[in-house]
Amino acid sequence: MREKQKMTVGKQRAAGDYIKIKMILFGTLAAGVILTAVFAPYLVPYDPYEQDLGNALLPPGGAHLLGTDRYGRDMLSRVIMGSRTTVFAALLLVAVITVIGSAAGILCGYHGGKLDAFLMRVSDIFLAFPGMVFAIAVASVMSGGILNAVIALACISWPKYARIARSQVLSIRNMPYMAAAKLSGSGTFKMICRHVVPNIAGPVIVTAVLDIGTMMMEIAGLSFLGLGAAPPTAEWGSMMSNGRSMLQTSPWVILAPGTAIFLTVVIFNLVGDTVRDLLDPRQKGR
Amino acid sequence: MKRYIAKRLLQLIPILLGITLFSFLLMNTGTADVIDVMENNTGSALSEEEKNALREDLGLDRPLLLQYVIWLGKTVRGDMGESFVSGQPVSAMFVSKLPATIGLMITSILLTVFLSVPLGILSAVRQNRVTDYLIRFFSFVGNSLPNFFVSLLLIWFFSLKFKLLPVMGNNAGWKSVILPTLTLALSMASRYTRQVRATVLEELNKDYVQGARARGIGEKRILYFSVLRASMLTIATLLALSIGSLLGGTAIVESIFMWDGVGKMAVDAITMRDYPVIQVYVIWMAVIYVCVNLFTDMIYHYLDPRIRLGREDG
Repeated sequence: MREKQKMTVGKQRAAGDYIKIKMILFGTLAAGVILTAVFAPYLVPYDPYEQDLGNALLPPGGAHLLGTDRYGRDMLSRVIMGSRTTVFAALLLVAVITVIGSAAGILCGYHGGKLDAFLMRVSDIFLAFPGMVFAIAVASVMSGGILNAVIALACISWPKYARIARSQVLSIRNMPYMAAAKLSGSGTFKMICRHVVPNIAGPVIVTAVLDIGTMMMEIAGLSFLGLGAAPPTAEWGSMMSNGRSMLQTSPWVILAPGTAIFLTVVIFNLVGDTVRDLLDPRQKGR
Repeated sequence: MKRYIAKRLLQLIPILLGITLFSFLLMNTGTADVIDVMENNTGSALSEEEKNALREDLGLDRPLLLQYVIWLGKTVRGDMGESFVSGQPVSAMFVSKLPATIGLMITSILLTVFLSVPLGILSAVRQNRVTDYLIRFFSFVGNSLPNFFVSLLLIWFFSLKFKLLPVMGNNAGWKSVILPTLTLALSMASRYTRQVRATVLEELNKDYVQGARARGIGEKRILYFSVLRASMLTIATLLALSIGSLLGGTAIVESIFMWDGVGKMAVDAITMRDYPVIQVYVIWMAVIYVCVNLFTDMIYHYLDPRIRLGREDG
């Protein structure tokens, strides 16, 4: 009996180590993607915007590893440069909605009352729109641009975070340690920073990390529709949209940015799943 | 139950008002001036005086809130204005294109269910075995592929390389529906398989399953008669909730496959800045979504009286 218990503990430890190894591995990959985006201008073999019509639509290989597009621009350079737009925009978007959404949620949960009722009704309205439909509407009115695409997606995505933060705050509001902190004279600001935020951060962070990949796809989707980054900016979604007509003759124009999106989303989704396993073991393997 | 329905219908009113107010403000406080857009689209040059007369005609010189009330009155009566480009009433345009979109949604949902429910259950029953890992791997990959990339890959593979299926349009009979359906179902099924698996797993870990096993009831019997019956409610609800992402996803997929539905209509309208068309699309999509959610909640409530959904949401 005792031996059996020992084994279980050992197994649990092994599982914990396994998650940590996964976290380090995927974290490194994600850091690699982010670093590529940061240092993109120094990594590109060619100028991603320089046209060379004599070398248009070259197949992959030789001097151009991923071929060239119809203006003779090097695909590899454009894909590397495109990581900047897509990755930065997605990270910015997730950061913005996490901060705004959870701030609203904390305020609602902590104060309750009319403010809570009002903000929750507002979030009901935003939640009533199917995400992409709403983003299309906002982005089209604001006439494109990657920043406007981010704003459009931010408008529709913050209520989810507000809901999560609010329900977490409600679940800890009546905990004894909250009463104790209040009795010992903590003000509202201190209460929120020292006692509320650290105790609700887990689920919010898990949601945020899991959202990075989805947001990346949605930003690229808006750009694909012409509502995000505008040409000639190197952005994966708009690169694919511009290459549509060449799908038959030069598929690499589509495959290169498409694979780049796919791999990046895979990496961030792997990080997301691992972070969830790490912070929320109850949900493991879901 | 009656009181619950009445309460939910009452709650619908502020949401619908919010949706319409928001769509109205979005389209009327946008950066571009409506009259300028109309001028560009019709190709006629107007003098400043003519423009002002037109503004008065359209009521654009009145206070915004009054404009909203007038506009809302018209909207409720089904008059949502005319397209800047074609001059047709947009409500009629929307209604004429809706069946194509709904048809595509139905085939996608059917395919999703046929794929996800058996795979999700299989994955849960064979937890942490090869089958489970394979299913989870594919659903992970499907989850990480943007639908516009999937559509282009499918076109490249099936239409251009092997010339099996038509590239675009919805006029080639049953063949034209295959690729758009596959695209939409792939992303939906990937997410849904995971949810089905999680739901069944949770049910399998309940005490009564252990109890049934102890009483010597066969695994199959437990699965079909108890576990699946208990999880079907959640599985059905999750499916209804994923319709929201489908509504948005159809826009991109329809415009890639030239599927003549409301999504393509909206995307075309964006490039031409045809605001009334975008507006009718946004409002109706939101209304459809809200109604689907409401309907789901009601059925859920009806089937499981323990759940008092109304009380949880403050």
